[in-house]
Amino acid sequence: MKTTMTLTGLTLALLASTAHAELRLGASLSATGPAAFLGDPEAKTLEMLVEELNANGGINGEDVVLTLYDDGGDPNKARTFATRLIEDDGVVAIIGGSTTGTTMAIADLADGEGIPFISLAGAVSIIDPVREFVFKTPHTDRMACEKIFTDMQAQGTTVIGMISGTDGFGASMQAQCKDVAGDYDITIAADETYGPGDADMTPQLTNIANTDGIQAVLNPGFGQGPAVVTRNYAQLGIDLPLYQSHGVASNGFIELAGADAAEGVRLPGTALLIADILPDDDPQKEVATTYKAAFEEQAGQPVSTFGGYAHDAFALMVDAMTRAGSDDPQDIRDALEATSGLIGTTGTYTFSETDHLGLDLSAFRMLEIVDGGWSAID
Amino acid sequence: MDSLLQFLFSGLTVGAVYALVALGFTIIYNASDVVNFAQGEFVMLGGMITVFAHEAGIPLPLAALLAVVLTAAIGVALNKLAIEPARGAPVVSIIIITIGASIFIRGASQLIFDKQLHRLPSFSGDAPIRIGGATILPQSLWVIGGALIVFVALWLFFTRTLTGKAVLATANNRLAAQLVGINTRAIMTLSFALSAAIGALAGVLATPITLVSYDVGVALALKGFAAAMLGGMGNPKGALVGGLLLGLFEALTAGYLSSQYKEAVAFIVILAVLFAMPQGLFGAKSTERV
Repeated sequence: MKTTMTLTGLTLALLASTAHAELRLGASLSATGPAAFLGDPEAKTLEMLVEELNANGGINGEDVVLTLYDDGGDPNKARTFATRLIEDDGVVAIIGGSTTGTTMAIADLADGEGIPFISLAGAVSIIDPVREFVFKTPHTDRMACEKIFTDMQAQGTTVIGMISGTDGFGASMQAQCKDVAGDYDITIAADETYGPGDADMTPQLTNIANTDGIQAVLNPGFGQGPAVVTRNYAQLGIDLPLYQSHGVASNGFIELAGADAAEGVRLPGTALLIADILPDDDPQKEVATTYKAAFEEQAGQPVSTFGGYAHDAFALMVDAMTRAGSDDPQDIRDALEATSGLIGTTGTYTFSETDHLGLDLSAFRMLEIVDGGWSAID
Repeated sequence: MDSLLQFLFSGLTVGAVYALVALGFTIIYNASDVVNFAQGEFVMLGGMITVFAHEAGIPLPLAALLAVVLTAAIGVALNKLAIEPARGAPVVSIIIITIGASIFIRGASQLIFDKQLHRLPSFSGDAPIRIGGATILPQSLWVIGGALIVFVALWLFFTRTLTGKAVLATANNRLAAQLVGINTRAIMTLSFALSAAIGALAGVLATPITLVSYDVGVALALKGFAAAMLGGMGNPKGALVGGLLLGLFEALTAGYLSSQYKEAVAFIVILAVLFAMPQGLFGAKSTERV
């Protein structure tokens, strides 16, 4: 009797290890804390996609097991969790780092231990210089500047004013835009800033409007600042094109600024934001609408660009794991680097030995706010 | 476009918000010498409760009233549950309790409401009023008007009513106040209710301009506190003048010097004033009796 049971147990264990082999995927995201607006949709997206994938048979018949930690936006915690993911949980790949700070903490570790890592944060320094095991999905703020300046150039604009938030996002993009402005023959004649919690930016905007020769105004920023700037811009009746950044590419921005004040504002955004109005022959149409519908049903909140970054990271990882056909981190990394033409919600990814972002400017769509909604310019 | 006038309008708009927050500090300070660092959270609650009540279909005036009443109740609860049990503790300990309360209220709001930014519709539309080449939004007039009304009401309360004088007496000497028949516990409860209500009113009026989310309280409390210190802690006139001055410093610095330094300049001016007049512009000279 006892022998039979042991035997049955052994057989079961054997069966389990063959039929239910699993791929361990780790994630450290900022689901709470100051960066929760990034990490919260990212975490919900990953959980939703893993469930969906396993219900459809997993990768090559193996289930994906997701170990997700909430680092609260704290780089120290992110480092601790990354260590735990690699050493205790035995993951073969990591997605995460909602912010540049947490990403940097994880990247050093992942690269050192040889675990493929896809970051969801913006800074260009994550993939430049290229590190063997570190990839990322969001476009950089430098690309946003380039996209905006391309549009300005097309409008014949050469002299602009900038008003930037002093938070990390605003300051970083301000620096990047000033850096690339010369490449597009654009002169920044006025350069103002505001604090992230400020309630009135009319003094700065008055100075910009009174500067000679200004043809357009650019506002790199995030959160409430751009909404206040947009409202003040309308209040002062400034009759120049206003450009916002991809940091406010969400419907919430139109609500906060008010549809009247936001009318005519231009900004670079992803296909995900205008999924419904994409033409049917757009390569991203299917991916964007499918993810948008699934996320909004599951989470009960509007889809955001940030959740899209997690969607793309997961799609890249699944694609690489499928092609690698093994759970060896080195094989997965090699497959990841060989990714070519993978269509995500943010853009179409083609990685190479020298490019671990894999997006070009076509990933951004230049959008204009018309009648309280989005419309594509190009 | 007239620059100076526009800078002044901007300064008055922002300054009136600071003044409203600063006015909220005065009552609790007058009743107990305690600087209530949860004051910013009262402002946030005023805005958040109004936003959510309004979204649930309650008309704006009623939603605002509900927010003021609920926040006042939360103020009373804070006093009963956290401040009263610590009666007899040094003022510094009670100030630290209010910091704890502020963190608690922020965390709870994050869970009960959400982490998004919200805005209320302006009370009288968004069409800017043009005066001499500059513009001001009607909502700014609401905030400035609100600050003036609260100031006059507080000034009358502290100088013309028995209850107001009882609040001052409680702060001056709790034991002596009890000896002349003042119910000091009721006075403390009243002062928290009133402070919270004023904070909530500030939140309701300012939200169409400043926007609101669960974490706006800290920054507002800091500016309001600075304004109150500049004007003289505990004096409604000081709170009003201090708030408006702080707003004007910031706007003029942003306009004429550099927007990079506007907060630094504002705080340097405050430090300079406090260095020359440690009690603030209108602060009472404190005389310690031995």
